Amino acid sequence: MVFGKLPLPRREKPLAWSQLSHQRMRLLVALSGISFANILIFMQLGFRSAMFSGTTNVPASLDGDVFLINKTSQFLGNETFDKSQLYRAAAVPGVATARPFYYSPASWVNPDNRKTTNITVIAINPAQPVMAVPAINDQLALVEQTDRMLFDVKSLPSLGAITQAFTAGQDTPIEVQGRKMRVNGTFALGSNIFKRGHIVISDVNYLRLFGATQANQLHAGVLKLEPGANIQTVMAELERTLPEEISALSHTELIELEQNYWAKEPAGIIFDFGTIMGFVVGVVIVYQVLYSDVNDHLSEYATLKAIGYSDGQLLLVVFQEATILAVLGFMPGILCSLGLYSVLSNLTGVAVLMRLGVGLQVFSMTLVMGVLSAAIAVRKLRSADPADVF
Amino acid sequence: MEPVVNIEGLHHAFGKGSLAKPVLIDINLAIQPGEIVILTGPSGSGKTTLLSLMGGLRSAQQGSLRILGQELTGAGKKQLVELRSRIGYIFQAHNLLDCLTAQENVRMALRLQPGLSYDDRTTAATAMLDAVGLGHRVNYRPDNLSGGQKQRVAIARALVTQPKLILADEPTAALDSQSGREVVQLMQRLAQEQNCTILLVTHDNRILDIAHRIIHMEDGRLVRTESPTAAVV
Repeated sequence: MVFGKLPLPRREKPLAWSQLSHQRMRLLVALSGISFANILIFMQLGFRSAMFSGTTNVPASLDGDVFLINKTSQFLGNETFDKSQLYRAAAVPGVATARPFYYSPASWVNPDNRKTTNITVIAINPAQPVMAVPAINDQLALVEQTDRMLFDVKSLPSLGAITQAFTAGQDTPIEVQGRKMRVNGTFALGSNIFKRGHIVISDVNYLRLFGATQANQLHAGVLKLEPGANIQTVMAELERTLPEEISALSHTELIELEQNYWAKEPAGIIFDFGTIMGFVVGVVIVYQVLYSDVNDHLSEYATLKAIGYSDGQLLLVVFQEATILAVLGFMPGILCSLGLYSVLSNLTGVAVLMRLGVGLQVFSMTLVMGVLSAAIAVRKLRSADPADVF
Repeated sequence: MEPVVNIEGLHHAFGKGSLAKPVLIDINLAIQPGEIVILTGPSGSGKTTLLSLMGGLRSAQQGSLRILGQELTGAGKKQLVELRSRIGYIFQAHNLLDCLTAQENVRMALRLQPGLSYDDRTTAATAMLDAVGLGHRVNYRPDNLSGGQKQRVAIARALVTQPKLILADEPTAALDSQSGREVVQLMQRLAQEQNCTILLVTHDNRILDIAHRIIHMEDGRLVRTESPTAAVV
């Protein structure tokens, strides 16, 4: 090949780079086109991942091996089961602890503008922590007091300037489900597009808010197994012992339940659609940029062909060009996307994360598309006699 | 000694089927090593087509076309590519790569020569640019060179691999009379030094005297051959 077979290939400047760097303005335009395509794809992927990762925030941060929920529950907090079943579960061989978990929406009055909205309440027994969130577990003593709560600092601003008031030392009461409650501490969990925010309260305060009947109904039971216990055996035993209305799920199954539910919601479908659109438009832009670039250099390639370069050698030059453009365009693309992700995170309180896998996927797609469009662009050169191209 | 160019009964047509328009009709021509031949004639007479066939830039259709011992009628892609690297082709519009310096343009031809190190290529390219009088312009890009200088870089690129055959398509067309003259004399001198054969297509009456033989072409046929003195008169 042009640069591979000859001796000391490292010292010869790649022709593709000479061509690209010769016209700086053109290169800049091509790179911004590719960056834009990347940003477009990343934003759509970001929206989608925000939607799905946000929905599983709470189930994912539960600290347990097996989870009991009502069999008809389509997501965490959907349906309840009787608290007494938790004690039966605790007696099943292999179960070390069985703890209650309440997860319910409550009305919330924004203290700044007196507007009523809603928040999601996480209620636990302070003596029996079930969340793998250190900030919550460290402050459990604070929630034991009457009408006190921990507030999620990542909740939406529409709930009021709660965090600011708390850090400023103000002790304004907030109306939750008709009761005046006060913030005793904060934690960071993050909401999703369907939830404005979270508070953590004790099971006793939950009873005060919702009454004895509801406090007797659990949204989930969080079970830990004894060391060495086989999770499959215990789950089978739980299903056998407990009434038919209760199902036992592993942690993975609990998270999947949540994901599957939201993916089937109209919003989930819209996000999937947006992702596909982003991909299609991005691919078209990459193709356009490379095609026109190669097309502009076609007569130069024809000259090289006329002085003895083979199609394979020229194809390699074009591939190099596509690779350089893909790599150089990707870098500002991913940097801008990261910036936009953090802006979006701050605006919505929804965690928008760049996953390494997703980043690599988009990069390899840019590369493959680039190389493919380059190959299509030089097809004319391959088929024609060089004399026809001048 | 085998002729460098040996053409027998060559026909060529553009278009297909009933639309085919013949451009070359029954061409017979032999050029001996070291000869400088000028091919001239009105535009549309088929000169450039003949030249591009000889350079392997077009596939030959009918008849026999032997260049440097390689039969081009029915030759495969690989043979054509290989032949092109053994011919020095000089284009009407210099066809340098705008993004490369004079030296890099000349190197492009050398990169195809096996067994040359990077330093060998530098030495050869610089020496060749020196020989065409551009030793002080090796790092200039075509944009910063005059028309005559560009054409001299193109000559350097064509000659640096020491080909046995140079094909030049109106190399003086874009030049004023003085630089045109200089360019052609340069080709003549270098060709003599390297003992290579030149076939030059031109309209330019001012340069006819450098040739050993002048061939006139009309309507796709070679019509007559003259010696330069007769043509100049």
